[in-house]
Amino acid sequence: MFEIFGVPSYALFGQLLLGLINGSFYALLSLGLAVIFGMLNIINFTHGAQYMMGAFVAYMLLQYLGINYWAALVIVPILVGATGIIIERLFLARLQKLDPLYGLLLTFGLALIIEGVFRNYYGSSGKPYDIPDALQGGHNLGFMFLPNYRAWVIVFSLAVCLVTWFAIERTRLGSYLRAATENPTLVRAFGIDVPRLVTLTYGFGVGLAALAGVMAAPIYNVSPQMGSDIIIVVFAVVVIGGMGSIMGAILTGFTLGIVEGFTKVFFPEASNTVIFVIMVIVLLIRPAGLFGRGI
Amino acid sequence: MRLIASLAFAAALMTTAAHAQTTNVKVGVLTDMSSLYADDTGPGSVAAAKMAVADFNPAAHNMKVDIIVADHQNKPDIGSSIARQWFDTQNVDAIVDVPNSAVALAVSDVAREKNKALLVSGAAISDLTGPKCSPNTVHWTYDTWMLAHATAGALVKNGGDSWFFLTSDYAFGHALERDATAVVLANGGKVLGSVAHPLNNQDFSSFLLQAQQSKAKIIGLANAGGDTINSIKQGAEFGITAGGQHFAALLFYIGDVEALGLKVAQGLVLTETFYWDMNDATRAWTKRWQVERPGKYPNMNQAGVYAATLHYLKAVAALKSAADGKAVVDEMKKMPTDDPLFGKGIIRADGRKIHPAYLFQVKSPAESKYPGDDYILKATIPADQAFRPMKDDNCPLVTN
Repeated sequence: MFEIFGVPSYALFGQLLLGLINGSFYALLSLGLAVIFGMLNIINFTHGAQYMMGAFVAYMLLQYLGINYWAALVIVPILVGATGIIIERLFLARLQKLDPLYGLLLTFGLALIIEGVFRNYYGSSGKPYDIPDALQGGHNLGFMFLPNYRAWVIVFSLAVCLVTWFAIERTRLGSYLRAATENPTLVRAFGIDVPRLVTLTYGFGVGLAALAGVMAAPIYNVSPQMGSDIIIVVFAVVVIGGMGSIMGAILTGFTLGIVEGFTKVFFPEASNTVIFVIMVIVLLIRPAGLFGRGI
Repeated sequence: MRLIASLAFAAALMTTAAHAQTTNVKVGVLTDMSSLYADDTGPGSVAAAKMAVADFNPAAHNMKVDIIVADHQNKPDIGSSIARQWFDTQNVDAIVDVPNSAVALAVSDVAREKNKALLVSGAAISDLTGPKCSPNTVHWTYDTWMLAHATAGALVKNGGDSWFFLTSDYAFGHALERDATAVVLANGGKVLGSVAHPLNNQDFSSFLLQAQQSKAKIIGLANAGGDTINSIKQGAEFGITAGGQHFAALLFYIGDVEALGLKVAQGLVLTETFYWDMNDATRAWTKRWQVERPGKYPNMNQAGVYAATLHYLKAVAALKSAADGKAVVDEMKKMPTDDPLFGKGIIRADGRKIHPAYLFQVKSPAESKYPGDDYILKATIPADQAFRPMKDDNCPLVTN
């Protein structure tokens, strides 16, 4: 075994893999944000709270109704996505013609309210949620022990990311959506219901956040502040990737997961700031982000 | 007739005079109401402080006691500016709880400058009665030295002689790691490494992998709240315990056990100075506390807020004034302490409250008979051994 800066290589392989796993969470969350921003021009600050709701609804389904993880993977995004649709219809639709800053303030306020409500009922220390039986245990890869659940996370989220990208960039529905963003009036003239398209897109983005929440529940502490812990990082990921770029969000999510993973080995104290340092550098050199379409 | 009238007048004057002597006391609960320590302190501490006032019965002592609350958000600058504002404009006489060591150290300086009383329950750093001790501060419930000696000492003696630390990267984590390292080395063990992680970290897998690769027998968690919960939850996933390594949660509360579930938390060894299911008095107290906090179980921080507030009010009653914070704290040190939660005890010259500490082990799901039945008592560390001896304090109050 060789060493890099005094760290044995097998340790680095392990960190590389863990970085990819964390990156898949970043990718999944920033994907939803990028879809919402790219298609709707809304900076969705509620995203972290919706991720937390995903984890909590999964907990509630198991606790009160006995519905397991696998069913929750399907039900939770639909339920939380539906609350997203209500939020869009009630509030966001009215802000469409205003500066995006209004949407930002509104969603930020909503995030605080949702978090506060959950804290009031469930406290701050969190709730237990077990790994599903089928994914218990793990494999020894020689350089590290890989829990089955983490392997599942990486495969599943990669699949979700690619399907979403394909749906938006390569299908007819996706092309309607992109056209509606560019020129809503013209698209309406072709008989397409643009407001409904916008509402459903927001619901879909929220559903993605909730899906990430369900996937996080078995490994992270299910607590009301879990969303606010991660959302700032995810925003940095989206900014680095380029606001609105779907592929940019996915690639940046995985890359930054790896960068953060290595920082945790070489200089752990900086692991929560390294992403912001990169963000500053990227904004200085390419203000539209790495994959952005220009401002 | 005139005599009776003047007597009545004099009596009336005396009653007014007696009324004028009512001592007003304002106690501020400065705590974490909204973040990772809110369940371990927060609203539960506020409920405990209110119970202390009710049990003290201010009217019987010709006193009027008000409780006010603020959230310091775990930020030392916010904590000290609230303290300053309370002392300067709100007539607050004493501040209680103050979880988060960084905030407690900052507020301790303010209390000393303004000559008010500070009753620390939720913060852990042993420097509060060491190099940073203050004549205005009482440190009630526990500290890093006590946790390190009780938990780490017991584990090293039982064969856990090689350690790797996961340390929360701020004053508390570093103090806890320092104190635990000293215990491990003093008992013939060795420390193979440590890693400092940011506060409120979500993913611990990188750090756990480093701990796993160190091959240390014990992974010492010098962190608290959500960070400890995430470390243990993910440690179970990465097969840490299955691989023969063990966690030592150096600061762990019953709320953390409930958040993890007994299935994941079982077998953990921890130290607290209070357990709700200890005896009839603690159970009765818990029942009353649960009226405010249904479905939750009080921990030592919240018990400490109750006991410290009660003892503080007794000292104010003896002095008939809360104006001079140092004088009240001196009185608190003079009077022996006695309350239903910690029993009889004393407060030392350095401000350290002395009582026994208990080494607990978390029960398995099969051993737990009813909700909240989470701990088995493994050992009791007597009051005179639980805390750092004053000669090792380096506290200027004691040496000078």
